[in-house]
Amino acid sequence: MDIVVCVKQVPEVTDAELEVTKDGTGIITEDLEFDINEWDNYAVEEAVRIKEAQGGTVTVITLGDEECEDVLRTALAMGADKAIRIEEEGFELSDAAGIAHGLYRVIRNLSFDLLLTGVQSSDDGWSQVGPILAELLGLPYAALVVNVEIADGMITVHRELESNTRERVELPLPAALTIQTGINNPRYVSIMGIQKVRRIEITETGSEELELSEEEIGSHGSSVASQVLSIPPVGEGAEILTGSLDEICEKTAQIIRDKGGVV
Amino acid sequence: MDEILVLAEHRNGELREITFELLTAANVLGKAHDLAVTGLLLAHEASSLAGRLQGACDTLLFMEDPELAQYSAEHYLAVLQMLLGDRKPVLTMIGHTAEGMDLAPALATRLSLPLVTDCVEISLEGGELAVLRQIYGGKINARLAMKPAESYLLTLRPGTFDAEAQQGKSASVETIAAPSWTDLKGRRFLGYAEAELEDVDISAADILVSVGRGIGKAENIAVAQDFADAIGATVSCSRPVADEEWLPKSRQVGTSGKTVRPKIYIALGISGAYQHQAGMKNADTIIAVNKDPMAPIFNVAHYGIVDDLFKVLPALAEKFAKK
Repeated sequence: MDIVVCVKQVPEVTDAELEVTKDGTGIITEDLEFDINEWDNYAVEEAVRIKEAQGGTVTVITLGDEECEDVLRTALAMGADKAIRIEEEGFELSDAAGIAHGLYRVIRNLSFDLLLTGVQSSDDGWSQVGPILAELLGLPYAALVVNVEIADGMITVHRELESNTRERVELPLPAALTIQTGINNPRYVSIMGIQKVRRIEITETGSEELELSEEEIGSHGSSVASQVLSIPPVGEGAEILTGSLDEICEKTAQIIRDKGGVV
Repeated sequence: MDEILVLAEHRNGELREITFELLTAANVLGKAHDLAVTGLLLAHEASSLAGRLQGACDTLLFMEDPELAQYSAEHYLAVLQMLLGDRKPVLTMIGHTAEGMDLAPALATRLSLPLVTDCVEISLEGGELAVLRQIYGGKINARLAMKPAESYLLTLRPGTFDAEAQQGKSASVETIAAPSWTDLKGRRFLGYAEAELEDVDISAADILVSVGRGIGKAENIAVAQDFADAIGATVSCSRPVADEEWLPKSRQVGTSGKTVRPKIYIALGISGAYQHQAGMKNADTIIAVNKDPMAPIFNVAHYGIVDDLFKVLPALAEKFAKK
């Protein structure tokens, strides 16, 4: 089973206080740490588990600048065999379709049984690239996958639906899946582990080599004319309790009692 | 008249809420820009579903076929390819749901349509689509203007428009014949999988102490459990905690988990992604503890404590121990 996994490097924003750049086109990333997109991490783990069970290879691909090699090294340390980086130049301001077209030009020349992406990325959250790639490649696909079983050239997956419900669908291979968090428990990668894979060569390519024109990628190829970012206005929101820790807890305890807790 | 096309979503013989949220949004736009609202129902033996839809659109397109008994990506793609190619609606609207996330990107690619996903506000001034999206887990708003196009496709975030709004319309039903289902790629629906057995029904609890990523590790669940015991509450969680298997999936609050409406909901270290908010925002009283003052959870909470939950929890538990 040869598996291709698309991964993306994203800023870690869970506990970060974000600021928007002056021109409103992006966030200030200087003080942010970067890591593999959470959904993609689950996708890499799933690919490596399938490989460990059935044999084959795992190839990871990213589109980004040189810094993004870190996520490829992480994936290699998790057990991927090969890594490809598409240079970001020319792809700036691409929409999801533009990014997908870049990935498509590389993936169409690879031989594989299964193509995995994360359901979405934690930054832009388009959740588009996986199904777009499937359509471009002419593959059957399923999004929001939380369980995978492979047997006799067919793959049976569970798609996560709303309200604690799953749907079972069957697909012939080769196929494309977008992987939802929680499908597995991704292994931890140590610095030692990354050291071990530092000699694996990362294949590099770019928009010119992939014969993509300006009309297909970047701001020209994007369906978005402009994007202006802002910090969401604080709505009515919560009454923030203030005072010493003791005072805050006293108030909170009172609220809990008033509203029906602990009679 | 030009039209906005809305794809109805249904499961197990019932229309999903998102269908009516989409129709509400479409009617607002339709009224403002003199556009007809066309509903599209793809189903099998489901004429009973048409009635409520007819009240909210100008025309209801209705296709019945055994292959359409439930959502099927490949069949939906084939139908929409045919319909959108012919009708060229100004805007096609689909829910940003498990169905829409599966369908919309492939559809946009097949028809070379501009697609914008997970929208929370929509405008169509001068025929050009502009939307508001939330990115970086709800910490940033992004206002997008789309390039001029003959036809747009978008997915709408669930819970952003009122599903109960009455449109007072009475659409005529236009029955359309199913295509011949060629060029399919072999994806097949097998069935719905049963939910895991539950240890506790969180939706029945009066008080929930709910833990998020901020709880840090499995061992720390005990801290929240102790506090919950002290105030007679049940422990629930947000998605990352269930993903890590620190608590069973049956304890998860949110879109893909349970919707809850307790008297008191205490959110500990939960950032408050919209999928989580959708499952708990109707609780009577919401108290959130998070060290990040910008955490979206504070937008739906009634009371907020901006501090480390590991400092707050023991001090708060003491208030109840003393009594």
